[in-house]
Amino acid sequence: MSTSTIHDIGYRHYDGRRNGRAYVLRSLYVHNLRAAFGLGRPARAKVMPFLLAAIMLLPAAGSVAAFAFTKEPDALFRYASYAVIMQVIVAIFLATQAPVLASREIRFHVIPLYFSRPVGHLDFVLAKGAAMASALFALMAVPVTVLYVGGLVAKMPDSGEQVLKWLGALVGCVLFALVLAAIGMVVAAFTPRRGFGVAAVIAVYMVSAAFVGAVQGIAEAQTNFTLQGWAGLFTPFNLVDIVQVRLLGAQSSSAGVPSGIEGGIVALALCAVIVLGSIAVLYRRFRKAGLS
Amino acid sequence: MNATIAMITFRAMLGRKRALLLLALPLLLLVLAIGLKATGNDDLDISATVQQQFGLATLLPLLALIAGTGVIGPEIDDGQIMYVLTKPIPREVIVLTKLAVAIVLTTAFAVVPTLLAGLILTGTTAQLTPAFALGALVGGIAYSAVFVALAVASRNAVTIGLLYALVWETLLGSFAPGAKSASIQQWSLSVIDALTGASPVKSTVDLPLAIALLVVVTLAGTFLAAFRLRTLAVASAD
Repeated sequence: MSTSTIHDIGYRHYDGRRNGRAYVLRSLYVHNLRAAFGLGRPARAKVMPFLLAAIMLLPAAGSVAAFAFTKEPDALFRYASYAVIMQVIVAIFLATQAPVLASREIRFHVIPLYFSRPVGHLDFVLAKGAAMASALFALMAVPVTVLYVGGLVAKMPDSGEQVLKWLGALVGCVLFALVLAAIGMVVAAFTPRRGFGVAAVIAVYMVSAAFVGAVQGIAEAQTNFTLQGWAGLFTPFNLVDIVQVRLLGAQSSSAGVPSGIEGGIVALALCAVIVLGSIAVLYRRFRKAGLS
Repeated sequence: MNATIAMITFRAMLGRKRALLLLALPLLLLVLAIGLKATGNDDLDISATVQQQFGLATLLPLLALIAGTGVIGPEIDDGQIMYVLTKPIPREVIVLTKLAVAIVLTTAFAVVPTLLAGLILTGTTAQLTPAFALGALVGGIAYSAVFVALAVASRNAVTIGLLYALVWETLLGSFAPGAKSASIQQWSLSVIDALTGASPVKSTVDLPLAIALLVVVTLAGTFLAAFRLRTLAVASAD
């Protein structure tokens, strides 16, 4: 091989301070988080995320108002149940916004433009996943906090216990956000066609819920409560609710929860597998998309 | 009807791996049915529950949403619809062709699997399975018409359709009886209720009213789609 050299034709080099990996990560994260709510994009893109966020808040506000009037502790939703009760809205939010984050750039073949800059593949995936999870967390945690603050203002008894329950519910919201973001981003990244991403994400949610619901209903009718509990592992909301009930001390709000602490540990392990597996799959997906 | 448009639409909907997505959903229903049959859970109640909860309430709106918005929504969004609209083909023909494709897809991927699941579970006992197939068919036609109209009228068609199918029909239906009566699912159930003597199927709407509403909604959806397509503003893709 002859020794070929790249000739220095006199362009000025950049010798200044570089902002580094943390700056790249933070920029990508902020950009994607804004995209998740349609900020920095036309009003058309903002309608749905904010409409869904408003729908999420409505029952919480109504429940606080009902509690303030009647002073019945039952009028206030349980903090940990809120995400499960409103799961349809959370799922629709995930379905509409996950494709915005995960499939738009693949559809328009602009991923290589990111990777022509000093952006690592893993950083790119982590920033996107974290942005989606943060958006979901905000969607669920804000109404839960409204419930807590409303209860506080309206003099809910046992304020010490309420703090613990509220903090437990926030941990649950983090787990919900991570698991849902992991599932939604993977599905959306593999369905770049417009409209299909939304349908595919909601299909995963609806079909798993209907399948597990049918199995649980029949298992309950036959008083096979073991099967009813373990079937809950196969639909995302019930899965995280198992962790909430068995490890965070919440009251059950799903159809089936396996008994004992080992149910919670298995569910938590499954959540971890979903999140880590999703990062691995997204890493490969975006690396491939970055080549073409 | 225009055969070329139909063919292009079929190819767009089923091309590459998309057919697998459409196929995976009904396959789960069949797996559930076979699993229930194998474990001996195949009485009339369970069959009715599976067909109603999984087939009519989940699979049918979902597939109709994918098919109804998928046949025309993406083309409008990225401006490709102009290549069709600038040909000397009446807009009604375009809408009718797209709607026909959506109905065929919904039937193939939601109605037929529901029928098969019913046949696996109970055969034709008490006319339950044929009733569900027919009810799902009329429901699928109405859903398809509504979602095609939605896709022509709005960019957020899929989300609005989801809000209707999940929030209005399922969530509000369990709180407000009024909302429950105003849903395609209930009208289909009314048709099913009339056709079968099986006790688990109950509907809240009278049969003549349900049929009238189904026809009205289908026609209104078709006309609205054709009307909106006449004055379509094509914006740039986002």
